[in-house]
Amino acid sequence: MKYISEFREAGHVQKILDAIHRITNHDWRIMEICGGQTHAILKYGLQELLPEKITLLHGPGCPVCVTPLVMIEKAIRLASRPEVTFCSFGDMLRVPGKDRDLLSVKAEGRDIRMVYSPMDAVQIARDNPGREVVFFAIGFETTAPAVAMAVHQAKESRMTNFSMLVAHVLVPPAIKAILSSKQSKIDGFLAAGHVCTVMGVQEYNPIAKKYQIPIIVTGFEPLDLVQGVYLCIRQLEEGRAEVENQYLRSVRIEGNLPAREWMQKVFRVVDRQWRGIGTIPNSGLGLNDAYLIFDAEHKFHLSGEEVAEPEICISGQILQGLQKPDACPAFGKACTPESPLGATMVSSEGACAAYYKYRRSHAG
Amino acid sequence: MPDKTKWKGLQCPIPLSKYPKIVMAHGSGGRLTRDLIQHMFQPVLNNPFLAQKHDGALLDNPKTKIVMTTDSHVVRPLFFPGGDIGKLSVFGTVNDLAMCGATPRWLSLSLIMEEGLGMEILWNVIQSIGEAAEESNVNIVTGDTKVIDRKGEGELLINTTGVGTLDHDQSIGPREIRSGDKIILSGDIGRHGIAVLSSREGLSFETEILSDCNALHRIVLDLLDNDIPIHCMRDCTRGGMATALVELAEESGKHFEIREEVVPVDPTVYGACELFGLDPFYMPNEGRFVLFVPESGAEQALKLIRTNNKENPACIIGHVDETPEKSVTAVNAFGGRRRLDLLTGDQLPRIC
Repeated sequence: MKYISEFREAGHVQKILDAIHRITNHDWRIMEICGGQTHAILKYGLQELLPEKITLLHGPGCPVCVTPLVMIEKAIRLASRPEVTFCSFGDMLRVPGKDRDLLSVKAEGRDIRMVYSPMDAVQIARDNPGREVVFFAIGFETTAPAVAMAVHQAKESRMTNFSMLVAHVLVPPAIKAILSSKQSKIDGFLAAGHVCTVMGVQEYNPIAKKYQIPIIVTGFEPLDLVQGVYLCIRQLEEGRAEVENQYLRSVRIEGNLPAREWMQKVFRVVDRQWRGIGTIPNSGLGLNDAYLIFDAEHKFHLSGEEVAEPEICISGQILQGLQKPDACPAFGKACTPESPLGATMVSSEGACAAYYKYRRSHAG
Repeated sequence: MPDKTKWKGLQCPIPLSKYPKIVMAHGSGGRLTRDLIQHMFQPVLNNPFLAQKHDGALLDNPKTKIVMTTDSHVVRPLFFPGGDIGKLSVFGTVNDLAMCGATPRWLSLSLIMEEGLGMEILWNVIQSIGEAAEESNVNIVTGDTKVIDRKGEGELLINTTGVGTLDHDQSIGPREIRSGDKIILSGDIGRHGIAVLSSREGLSFETEILSDCNALHRIVLDLLDNDIPIHCMRDCTRGGMATALVELAEESGKHFEIREEVVPVDPTVYGACELFGLDPFYMPNEGRFVLFVPESGAEQALKLIRTNNKENPACIIGHVDETPEKSVTAVNAFGGRRRLDLLTGDQLPRIC
């Protein structure tokens, strides 16, 4: 398949792996931001193919993982209302709230639909004027433009039965929060290629400069990932700290300008709580005043109720690269994908779930 | 081969002007139920066992070991590219019998219909069941019809139970799997999952993907007739090839090693999986199976399977080794290794 198979070609990957082995002289810790990258690294067994001196740490870029429990509880409360048709991306349906997930609410007879695009939810609202259709808008800068388009379309059509529960988050503030932590041990970042396809790379320059850390905008195929690691190690060994773009076939410096314009038109930047990490200032997107009538929290007067995470769970530390999943005493024992204790075991893109899926030894 | 034109042009025998849809009375056991059986089911599925018109079917005692299996079929939409629920409900059970090394003989057919199901739809499904039964050389010997209150869009659920005869002395099953066995996959994977998904979601691709929905007993009987020492077989249905392999690893207590790059996936199926963020290893199939044979029989088995299915070549995807673990490891082209595991639920499309 064009643009995919070339980037999974063994010969190319091996050449870059050889080059990484040649240039690596010191111990380095690199964090890949995106859960999709973590998943690919484990799926293709890339960590084992890198020099022992390189440690890959897994970042907070899994939208399902970082959506706070309080938001999931709000989703469950909304979805439980008889007049509501609740639409969500599939991955979110299995995330447990305090005592149940959205799939259990569906089994109780409520109308919960899995959609592939926020536009599908708008269409469902159009087709069912007697229902209150709510879309669970989660994700990073990648899904935000489509969400912005959907809510704008609803406004243009003067729809009154459509709203959104918005839990969007932004990547750069999370990177800053991780780097500002005194415990941070990260030497370099692989930034998420698709996020930068939308947003461009400019906002990463001040971060690289302030924290003196290389940031490589990287794709998701095995060749992308090893090339990202190579560029990062080369900078580290040469003592440089710059933003470099590995994902040239998709990312322009300025990003996707029409997509960014849509986001600016519909959203405002808000403080956002990240599951396992806490509230990060200016790290989320919420609907701005012009679109407030489509905000489900506003429309249904939802208030938040704090829900505590299980004490044993170290997912907050994992999301910040301070621990690896298999260092957790509950990993694979009290905590499994069937009965997850924390965020990172829940989603298929979560680091703990990826370790469980690909790395668990039979004894474990 | 069955005569595919047999029912072509035949009108649905239930007067559509009177009953265009299934009503509760079609399941009452009264006149309308009898109409369905006499005018629709019997003419299409007719055979001496069904003609007994008894509460149960009297079967000939085969004087061999018999194999029995059952399967309930739920699929939305009822018709999808390359198949429909009727075909599926016959082939699914026939294939389960074939995987045990049995010759499929008799099937029961149990229909649970939701009030409101289109009569024309039912007629098409029954014809499809008739064709599939003929193709599989099995008789539908007994059946049941029930109608339930309307809750959705007129659903149809089908259960079939099948009985087959064991006409050989080979012992086939997970416990027969041995270290050194070669693992053969009978064709490319993921077609059924993508065919159903794309018709459910109204998506189209450059080339239409047809379900691989098919009967497997002929290939299996061919292998047995040629004295291939089959250790174990399993069809890769729900949960796909990966799930079938993981189950067998656990049941046999062995470790399997699979080479990812040799597992055949059609480029369109591959592309569709990429688009949805789904793993083709876990996509459902309805006409593929994995086969465990000692190395000595592997090449001949491969040749026989390929003769039966020229379009989608079978291949050796891996082997059983001495590693003391009950698991499956997939090795990729650059030597990276990953463990194949059971899914927690259905595969869910990714978010970004």
